[in-house]
Amino acid sequence: MFLIDCPYCGPRQQTEFHCHGEAHIARPKDPDAISDVEWADYLFNRSNTKGVFYERWVHNHGCRRWFNLARDTVSDRILAVYRMGEKPPRVKK
Amino acid sequence: MADVVTEMSPLDGRAGSGADTAVIVEHPHLSKINLRGDSGDQAFMDAVADAVGAAPPVEANTVMTAGKHSILWLSPDEWLVVTPEGKQGDMEVALAGTLEGQHVSIVDGTDARTTIRLHGADSRNVLMKGCPLDLHPRIFGPGQCAQSILAKADVLIHQLDDTPTYDIYVLYSFSRYLWDWLADAAKGFS
Ligand SMILES: [Zn+2]
Repeated sequence: MFLIDCPYCGPRQQTEFHCHGEAHIARPKDPDAISDVEWADYLFNRSNTKGVFYERWVHNHGCRRWFNLARDTVSDRILAVYRMGEKPPRVKK
Repeated sequence: MADVVTEMSPLDGRAGSGADTAVIVEHPHLSKINLRGDSGDQAFMDAVADAVGAAPPVEANTVMTAGKHSILWLSPDEWLVVTPEGKQGDMEVALAGTLEGQHVSIVDGTDARTTIRLHGADSRNVLMKGCPLDLHPRIFGPGQCAQSILAKADVLIHQLDDTPTYDIYVLYSFSRYLWDWLADAAKGFS
């Protein structure tokens, strides 16, 4: 259990949030032009990072807003929280 | 002639319960309008103020009150306008009038949720049994609101005064469960 600093509501307990996996995966611009393998890669394949990982969260029991955070998958420490559309900040473990 | 449909809350007929220092009473049928718009747009803020008597709060987790109307912050572009019973039609028309032509959403949610009022010196202690919010007076006080979880049910909590008194907005379908949970949680306080 940890506290997450919602960019809109402030610090709240993890139970109010839901994690939706790796952030910054661009949707292919022209899905019809790519192969099934490439499409499947976009849909299903994710990195399994040990260390700093950028992921999407939603404050689903609060303001229902999506945002990104950078988390160290080794220590579970949250290193940065930033809004959708913002560039991922450079963080140190 | 069509039958007149009488509004009925799922908590209809339940008298006040709880403990002496944590009383629970239902305030059914408060008019509740869900409002969405851009708080950065002065025309939106002015139009809402014209209809409600106050502009929507911009600061997170706060409530703006004007007479019998309250505007509760839900998210950066979403609010709940709460007015007395039976006034949802008037408020909806008023908002639709002043906001005409603007990119907004005005939805009557009066009968989606009911309101359970929790009042008394031990109210905070009762909430703390099942809510992850930091309810310490230093963090959460009168005039503040927050959407969170109470005993696994989604709720909107509004603190009204220092007693403390809380209004807990909960979906109809969860209201009997939450009422029973609150009555049980209040046991032992008196
Ligand atoms: Zn939030």
